[in-house]
Parts: sequence; structure tokens; C-alpha cells
Amino acid sequence: MYGVVIAMIPAILVSVYFFGLDAARVFLISILACLFFEWFIQKYLIKGQVTINDGSALVTGVLLAFNVPANLPAWILIIGALAAIGIAKMSFGGLGKNPFNPALVGRVFLLISFPVQMTTWPKPQALFEAPLTDALSGPTTLGFFKEGLMKGESVQEIMHNPGFPGYVNDFLGAQGGSLGEISAFALLLGAAYMFYRKIITWHIPVSYLGSAVIFSGILWLVDPTRFIDPLMHLLAGGMILGVFYMATDMVTSPITAKGQLIFGTGAGLLTILIRVWGVYPEGVSFAILIMNAFTPLINMAFKPKRFGERMAHG
Amino acid sequence: MRTFKIGGVHPPELKLSADREIELLPLPAKVIIPLSQSLGAPSRAAIQKGDLVKVGQLIAKGESFISSNVHSSVSGKVTRIDDVMDSSGYRRPAVLIDVEGDEWEESIDRSPDLKSEITASSEEIIRKIYDMGVVGLGGATFPSHVKLRLPEGKKAEYLLINGVECEPYLTADHRVMLEQGEEVITGIRLLMRALAVEKAFIGIENNKPDAIHHLQQLCIPFPEIEVVPLKVKYPQGGEKQLIKAVTGRETPSGKLPLEVGCVVQNVGTALAVYEAVQKNKPLIDRVVTVTGKKLDRPSNLRVRIGTPVGNLIEYAGGLPEDTGKVISGGPMMGKALSSLDVPVVKGTSGILLMPGIESKRAAPLNCIRCGRCVTVCPMGLEPILLAQLSENFLFEKAEKERIMDCIECGSCQYTCPAGRPLLDYIRLGKNKTGIMIRNRGKK
Repeated sequence: MYGVVIAMIPAILVSVYFFGLDAARVFLISILACLFFEWFIQKYLIKGQVTINDGSALVTGVLLAFNVPANLPAWILIIGALAAIGIAKMSFGGLGKNPFNPALVGRVFLLISFPVQMTTWPKPQALFEAPLTDALSGPTTLGFFKEGLMKGESVQEIMHNPGFPGYVNDFLGAQGGSLGEISAFALLLGAAYMFYRKIITWHIPVSYLGSAVIFSGILWLVDPTRFIDPLMHLLAGGMILGVFYMATDMVTSPITAKGQLIFGTGAGLLTILIRVWGVYPEGVSFAILIMNAFTPLINMAFKPKRFGERMAHG
Repeated sequence: MRTFKIGGVHPPELKLSADREIELLPLPAKVIIPLSQSLGAPSRAAIQKGDLVKVGQLIAKGESFISSNVHSSVSGKVTRIDDVMDSSGYRRPAVLIDVEGDEWEESIDRSPDLKSEITASSEEIIRKIYDMGVVGLGGATFPSHVKLRLPEGKKAEYLLINGVECEPYLTADHRVMLEQGEEVITGIRLLMRALAVEKAFIGIENNKPDAIHHLQQLCIPFPEIEVVPLKVKYPQGGEKQLIKAVTGRETPSGKLPLEVGCVVQNVGTALAVYEAVQKNKPLIDRVVTVTGKKLDRPSNLRVRIGTPVGNLIEYAGGLPEDTGKVISGGPMMGKALSSLDVPVVKGTSGILLMPGIESKRAAPLNCIRCGRCVTVCPMGLEPILLAQLSENFLFEKAEKERIMDCIECGSCQYTCPAGRPLLDYIRLGKNKTGIMIRNRGKK
């Protein structure tokens, strides 16, 4: 678990760089709230062993912070932590028993309950350039598209909008959005570390990104004025964060390699579907949660290749 | 280099005694010889309390098809025939003999000369193997003559000799290959004749280059025997894994290796076959590795069957102060012993002393479904699922998930980051599922 925390450090630093002390405040509150709820529930409600040292609540805390805007009020954040730890994790029996990714449940719970606060994005400004950033707010990259397309603008017109971040900024992190999703670069750095440490395998990320690129690529080829190109899909929004840090959660994803490929492919497809035709500009969290729900079924349907399978079972 | 395809793990090898020549363990003061020393039906005692026996004298007769003869490993007086605890922890019938001198049956050829000329026919070889009580020395102790007597209409294509010794620590087979290679090769030729096969492979992992080289030299006059170096991976010594690694063939679920034209015998068994057929010597001793990190002199000992385990440990320097567990076999599949009086039997390949800290299990954590147990399972099973089904007594489902295919190699438990006792549950489940299947047959 602590390996995942190390992998998230670059993205944490980038968000603090762009969102300043606000970001640090969100991380602190989210982590402390998650640890507190886990401790409280284990000690006083379940009256069992307290295992907050296993790192899993810490990971949930950081991931929840990654999934909210930097200016989210503390009380909303604490409710999110309660939804993540209390509802999504502990009510199913704690670590390893939860069907849905706790941090994502927390995020979606907040998104539906507090849509305004959850979609008011402070504009990113580098730490030492502007001391007072909180007054300014603007849409996320995907928000730009959703808004513009609804008004009947073409993709190209939207991308020429003066406030639009563009590919390079989207890659490095200078875009509006949740704390952890802004910098694809920092996230990929952490993902490389997780591959190196063998914390995650290639199956889910490759199938997820692959299916998202292929599906959005087909749409883009059909009509590049109405559909965003695949590269922008990868860099904008929570794609990289979701693919490497949340879809790969072992507890809520299938056990076998075959199952993981199905899981990733489905999540990629759903993400693009929701982004293109859904009400919300972003679809990663919903896509992963929906595939989480299919995980037990996938586990049942896609068994590993048994030794001696080719012949009938004697 | 060849190896098996699905799963597998790489535990530290820790072959502490690899360079130690085989030594003869001095005769014990008394021996305890369990009457049933192979898979299958128990054997019936052929002697009585008070009898004087010689080395090599038949003391129990295997009476059904799958059962085997047992011979006295010492000369002396039978003091008792009684239920005695063996390595399984159960009390089972055994013959207790007080050792007096070392008087052998005259029919046994005790000369050290190599007798490589084969005169016996297939039928005579199999008969001799049966008479001399030879069983598989790899650990499962399946009576060897049963494997050689092919059912009507079946034909074996290859003989596979298992020199893999993939369990950490154990070096008995390794030393036998190095020191008694000629005898092993002759044993292999005898087995080939018994089975009427034209090709034999000796599978050896490449962490034993000296044994590979030595046997390759010895095989030069026998092109029908081929040494196959294998890439190190546990549990390559498993019968089905070895066949897959060497021939690429996959033994179907629930079937014997013969289904894919193979018969597998252990290196030690080949030596025992040589001694039985060429020297008329029953299986009364075997090479046992005595080892452990804290042990003074990890050794390979030739031990008479029935010798109490404590004698071996004493010879190797005595029980270290910090000993948490005494294990019969290797660290992966071996069983912890509850007493040092338990005797060495035909299936005892090693005695391992684990220091206290390594013997203790940490409390298991929650499963986070990381799937590592699934990745390492060499049978392509889902250990976590099988363990859960067993834990919840869902044996019908466990059977469908092929719990009976589990070879109990322990790779899952070894690799589990949460320290869950997966194999313990699966063993329980296998046991119960097996009973359920057998009861079904009775109705």
C-alpha cells in the first residue's frame, strides 16, 4: 500500500505547485478524515482490530483528495471521507471486502450531492506567480468541450478559445480540474514506479487506454469537428489518474489476466461513451464504478487456463 | 532452456548440504518400521513379537494391487508390534526391533562392484521391484511396480526420471546423481526394459550443473537416455509439471501420466531399482538430507529405514538451541514433526530444522484479491477461491473449481502477501471433497 503512496507523491507535488496551500489543506483534511473514520468504526462500531496502519485508508484519503477541486469546503470533504470509508469500505467488512473503489464512491457521492461545489474549479497558477488565486475559477478541459459543443461550436473553435489549456499544459498540469488529475506527466511518473515495483500489471491500463483510444479514434475519424481527438481524451480529465491509480485497485478489479483485459476494455468504452453522450463532461469515475459492479461476474466467467484443460475432465 | 508454462515461484534455494558427500549413519540402537510405507492398502505383518530378524528379511507383505512389501532394515529382536506415531502425527501399526549386530540375508549381494549387465526380462524386473518393496522415493511413495505394470491396451512412450529436486534445502537426489550415477543409469535401463520404452529423459534443474554434466558423460554409451537441463522453477519436480517441461505434454485433469505416454520415476527410485534387481537388495535404506540454517553440519546421510529422526540430527551436530520446527521433507511441502522419535520411512527425503523466527506465522491479514496466488498456481487454479469455498464448506462448488487438481505445492501460500493459510484450507477442502466424491460412488 505504501508503494502506491510513494507513486502518488509527484502528482501531490504538482497539485500543490498549481493550487498552493488550498491543495495542501485538502490533502490534510481528506487523509485525516479517512484515517479517523476507519479508526473510529473499527474501534467503536465493529469493536475489532484497528488496522489503520496498513496504509489502505491513507491511499483512499489521497485518492479522494485527488478527485475533488482545491477549494472544496472542509465539511463537504469530510462527508466524502465518510462515504468512502464508512459506506463504501467498512460497511462491507473493511479492507478487501468492498465491491466498489472507496475513493470513487466518495467522489461520486459528493458530485451528485454537491454538484456546484464539486465543479467549481480554481484556475491553476504556479505557486510563486500569483499569491491570491482563489478568486479566479474556470472550467476543466473537458468542461470547455462539453459547454462549447452544446452551444454548437466545433472542436477546433473550442480549442482556439483563449482560456483553453492545450496539449502541453494538459500534459504538465496547468489546467483546471481535480487535484490529482491535472498533470498526466506526474501521474505517469508514479505509474512507472508502480510498474517497476510490480504493484500493478499492464493488463488493465493497456486495455483501458487501448479501448478508449480506439473508440474515441473511430469517432474522431468520423467527424473531427464534433469529436475530440484521442490524445486530448487521454490528457484531459481524470483518464490517466483513473486508469493507473483506481481501475488497477486489486480489490475491485478481476483476479485473472483475461478478466482484467475485459474490465479495462469495458471501462475504456464506457468512459468515452459517457464523455461524448453523457450529461457529465467526465466519465472515468462512473465507468470504473460500473465495471467494479461487473467484477464478480467477470471473475466467474473468465477462469484462468487450467492445467490439463484441453481434454475432458475425467 | 525448458520449464513448465503456467505459474511457479522462486523460493531461495538454500542447498546448504550440496557439497557434502553421502555418509553412512551408524546403526541406531532400535528401529521403528511402520508396516504401511506406501500409498494404498496397509501391509500385513509377517513376523511375530520375539522373532529374530536379519537385514533384508520380509516383515510385512503387501497383499492388494496397490501396496508394497516391507523388510527389516536391521538385524535383531522384534520387541513389539504396536501402534506408533509416524510423521503424519497419527498412530499406525509398526514393528519395533532392538538392533543386535548387522547380519544380512545371504541372498543380498553386498559387494560394491557395479553390475551393469542386464539379464532379467521385463516381467522379472517388475516382480523383483515388487518383492523388494521398492516405492517412489520422491515423497509420494507410490508402489513402483504398479506404475510399471501397464493396464491392458496402454503403452508407455517415455520414461521420465525426476532429478529436479526443486524443494529448497534438499540435496539427497543431487548427491545420489553425483556419487552413484552409474547405478542410477543402470536402474534407468532396467526401468526402460520393464516398460519396453525406447526413450528416457532425466530432468535436472540447472542449479545442479555438476550433476547434469556427470550424467551426460555417463549417458554417452546410452543414446536412448537423454539428460534434459531445466530452468529452475518450483514446483518443477511435480509429476505433471515435469512432464510438461520435458515433453510439452499436458496430463489431463484427473488422469495418470500414462494418458500422455509417460511414466515418471525419481532418481532415488532408479537407484533402489538397481539395488533390487541387480543386487537382490530390498529397500532398507535411503539417502536423507539433514539440514537447517542453525545446524552444525548439514549432511546427506544413508540411513536405515526406521531410524528415529533424532539420531540423524544428533549425527549432524545436535538439535540447535533455536529450533522452532522440525520438518520432514522440504520447507514447501514438508510436514512438521511432533516428536524426534518419529522414524525415517521410505518417503523421507529430508529433515529440516527451522529456526524459531522462521517457524512462526504472522496473523493473516485480509485478502485484497491481488491475484498473486492465481498467477503462481502451476495447475491454473484459483487458490483464494478454493480456500474460501473450503472455509465455507462449499465442497460441491470446490469440486467444480477443480480442487482435486491441486498438487499441494504451496506456491500460493508462499506468495500470499497477506500471509493467508491458503494451502491449509485447500488441503482440508480436498480431503472433504474427496470423501464426498467417494461416498457418491457408493450410492
